[in-house]
This record gives sequence, structure tokens and C-alpha cells, in this order.
Amino acid sequence: MTFRRKYEEKFFRGLSFLFTAIIVFVLVQIIWTIAKKGVPSLSWQIVSQEPKGGYYFGKEGGILNAIAGSFYLAVSATVLAFVISLPVALFMNIYLIKYQRLLIGIRFFLDVLWGVPSIVYGAFGFTLLMYLGYRNSLGAGVVTVAAMITPIMIRAMDEVLKTIPIGLQEASYALGSTKTETAYKIFFREALPGFATAILLAFGRGIGDAASVLFTAGYTDYVPRSFSEPTATLPLAIFFQLSSPIEEVQNRAYAAAVILTLIVLVLSISARMLKPKK
Amino acid sequence: MPSTIETMQESNIKVESISANVPIIEIDKLNVYSKGSHLLKNISTVIPKNKITVLLGPSGCGKTTLLKCLNRLTDLYPELKVKGSIRIDGEDIFDSGKDITTIRQKMGLLLQRPYPLPMSIYENIAYGLKLKGVRNKKIISEKVEKHLREVALWDEVKDRLKTSAQRLSIGQQQRLCLARGLAVEPEIILADEPSSALDPISSRVIEEEFIKLKSDYTIILVTHILRQAKRLADNVIFMYYGEIVESGPAEQIFENPQSEILKEYLKVGH
Repeated sequence: MTFRRKYEEKFFRGLSFLFTAIIVFVLVQIIWTIAKKGVPSLSWQIVSQEPKGGYYFGKEGGILNAIAGSFYLAVSATVLAFVISLPVALFMNIYLIKYQRLLIGIRFFLDVLWGVPSIVYGAFGFTLLMYLGYRNSLGAGVVTVAAMITPIMIRAMDEVLKTIPIGLQEASYALGSTKTETAYKIFFREALPGFATAILLAFGRGIGDAASVLFTAGYTDYVPRSFSEPTATLPLAIFFQLSSPIEEVQNRAYAAAVILTLIVLVLSISARMLKPKK
Repeated sequence: MPSTIETMQESNIKVESISANVPIIEIDKLNVYSKGSHLLKNISTVIPKNKITVLLGPSGCGKTTLLKCLNRLTDLYPELKVKGSIRIDGEDIFDSGKDITTIRQKMGLLLQRPYPLPMSIYENIAYGLKLKGVRNKKIISEKVEKHLREVALWDEVKDRLKTSAQRLSIGQQQRLCLARGLAVEPEIILADEPSSALDPISSRVIEEEFIKLKSDYTIILVTHILRQAKRLADNVIFMYYGEIVESGPAEQIFENPQSEILKEYLKVGH
């Protein structure tokens, strides 16, 4: 018996180690491939110039259009999603706390939305903007990406708010706070470090997604100057330029991949470091 | 102290009014149910002004539930159904026309462990004042100092009032929570085993504070520590399985217990 248990222990430890190693290997391979192809193409010109002679054929210029476009899009979408998510998350945890069944339903619903493929959001955004007679634009992209990341942000905030002890709520009410005061003066401050994580998580998802902006934000060689103009984005810069037959253009795609990977990596590392230390 | 004890027979439960003092809280036929269990059974009692009333009893006997009924924190728990009436200064707190925030401001609350608000030491005390509409910075600053002195915390924190209250030691946090509660000028202090998470020194400070505070405040203290009850109580309400078994002046409860359960509890407790 002890013999069997000993080997059982060894076997499963070995198995866990093996699969962990495979995952790490794959991750390192991906980063290595992108870095190998992309880093040599990185230059000041790449990050500081718009493509010249068209993003598909032009050998000159860089991907400033996509870098700036992605930031405009992701920042605006994150702000919009935050404005919507904060009241919803607080409402769930202050007012709906009495209706546990309803809350379970809402959380399930949001988790389903979290899992909906982003192309579906893209299609939804596209339908919406056709209906409104609007065209591909930064604004339409912002709305679509915001719709995609709002459920993520609400659930991430909700998880933070759920950990606030009921004692703090009791203390707040005992001092004579109303529910709104408890929500925005006490819960908000208590959850702030966790909210930062939620925001970064949503931002990372927003900046890296290609499918939701494919039909809605369009693509252009220029940095957009208003919400009604179309915009380029990093994921689409990779997608479109990689399919070009011209090597210089393909290299721009790899450079875009390096930049996007770096942004997402930095975001997830900072999100991890911001986690409350308690 | 005249201890006129009148005994009422009410649905088999013996209820004795505590003593001939000015009542501040009158509880009448209070019942609390939770998912098929009956947490508080026909509680009727009177809590006198400017005394320390101790709710004594083993864990799970309904002491904390009774305490939370008093400022309607039971509203927070959807599973609790509360019936009966509680009058504070003659006003029924379950009257839906009454503003619950004003009722709650009559009572300071001290929980088993401190929950400082996520802000600075200064703001923790200023918070309740601001809710009451005090805007004058000078008045707020004076109040902050006064109440921090009241709980013997001023000298320890006066140089770091702007730092986060969550960095204080747990004993200091509990005293801060007391000061925070006192700042809204309550009449009553509700304390739910306030020293259970504290070291002996901090818990003695809290106890000493209670003795000093009782000339101005009515204190209702939940505890299962018999020695603490003996040190502090003017009146004792002894509870067991959601019922008041015996209540009265402290010396009568401790020296001359009537019921078998209380006798047993006093013998086993230390």
C-alpha cells in the first residue's frame, strides 16, 4: 500500500511538472518567435511614423497610426466601460445583496457575456452602426469594445467588492450613512486597489482584440483626429500587414506584434503587482 | 438603587423589568426568525439609561441578533424576519416613516473586531460629523481631538492623523472605532464582544472607557466572558436559546441566580 502511494505521488508530481513545462515552453516559444522576427524591425521610424504609400504596399513609414489608434480606442473604451461598470458593481453589492438568487443569476449572465467570442460583439457593433446609419469609425469601435469589456470589468469589480467584510458595511450604516454614501464613500475607497486591477484587465483585453474592431473601427493610414474618423489598431495592423507579399510590410506586422505583446505583458504584470497585499 | 422587581407572565416566559431607572430602550414581544429557525423568542425587556447593561449567554444564544435589532442592522440580512416593537426614547424604530439613518446615529456601534473606514485617522472621525452636516473645519478638528482623547488615543496618533487608519494596531483601531462612534454624539453605545480580538491591555483600556462613559451614555455590551460581565455590568440580561432566562441588577444575577441554567453557567464560566 505505501509502495503504491509512493509511486502514485511520484507519478502525479511528474505529470504536473511535465505539463507545466510544456506550457512554459509554448509561452517562451511564442514570445521568442515574435521577438526574433519583430525586434530587428523595431526602429524609431516604425513607432513614430504613419505608413507611407499605403499600409499594404508602402515599404516606407511605420505603424504610428495603429499604436495611436489602439491607445485612443482602448483608453476611451475603458473609460466608457468604467463609467458603466462602477455603478452596476456597486449596485449589485449594496442594493441587490438582499436578493442572493437574483445576484447569482446576474453573475451567471455576466460570465456568459464574458465568454461570448469578440467577433459576435463585432457583428453586434456592425449591425448597430448600420442601423444608425453610422460608418466605420473610432467612435463605433469604442462602443463595441466597451460593450465587450464591460462584463469583464463588472465581474472583476464585483469579485473585489464581494471580499469586503460585512462588518465594514455595518460600521458604515451604524454611523448613519445612506446606501449611496456607503457605496461611493466607503466601498469605493476600500475597493480602489482592486479596481485598478479590474481596469487594467479590461484595458488589456480591449487593446488586444482584433475581431471586435474588424467591422466597426475600420482601418486607415492616419492617426484619427475625431471619433467619427476610422482608426487603425495594432491587432488589425498585424492581421492586414502580415498578409502582404512585401517583406518590409510583413516586418511592420511583426513589429506591431512585439509592441502589442509588450503592452499586454506590462499591463498584466502591473495588474498583478497592484493586487491588495492583505 | 431601588430594585423593584415585577414579574410578568407572558407566554410562559418570565420577564422582569430591570430596575426603576429611566428606560431608554423598551423592547416588546420581539421575535426574529431565520429560515425556519426561531432566533429570538418573544423578547420583552427594558434597558435603563446611563447604565451598562450586559447581554450574557453562551455563543449562539441570540445576543448579537438582539443587539443588531436595536439599530436595525438586521435590515442587511435578507433571511432575517423581525416582528415586534423596539422603542428608543419612545419612538418605534420599525416605524417605516422614521429616517433610519437618524435612528442609527443615536447609537454608536463597536463590533467584535474593528473595521476602520478606508481613510485617514482624522477622516475616520470626521466622517460621521460630515454626515450630520458639520462642515466647519475648526469644529471638526476640535471634535477629532476631543474624542481621540476620550478613548486615550490622542497621544499615540496626534502626529500621524493623516495616515491611514488601517495601519494602526488592532487595539488602537478598536479604540478609534469607539471614538468614531462617540463623535456622532450617540445616546447609546452598542458593543458586540468588543474585546474578543484584542490583547489584554487594549481590552482593559476599552473596559475602563466604558466605566468612564456610562455617566453620559447608555452602554449595551454583549459578552460571553463572565469575568468581564462581573467587572462592568450594572444590569444583566441572561439569554439562552433565543430567550431571556433571567434579568436584573448585576449583584442579584451573580449572587442569587434563580434558574438552573444560569446557576450552571455561573459555575462553569470563569
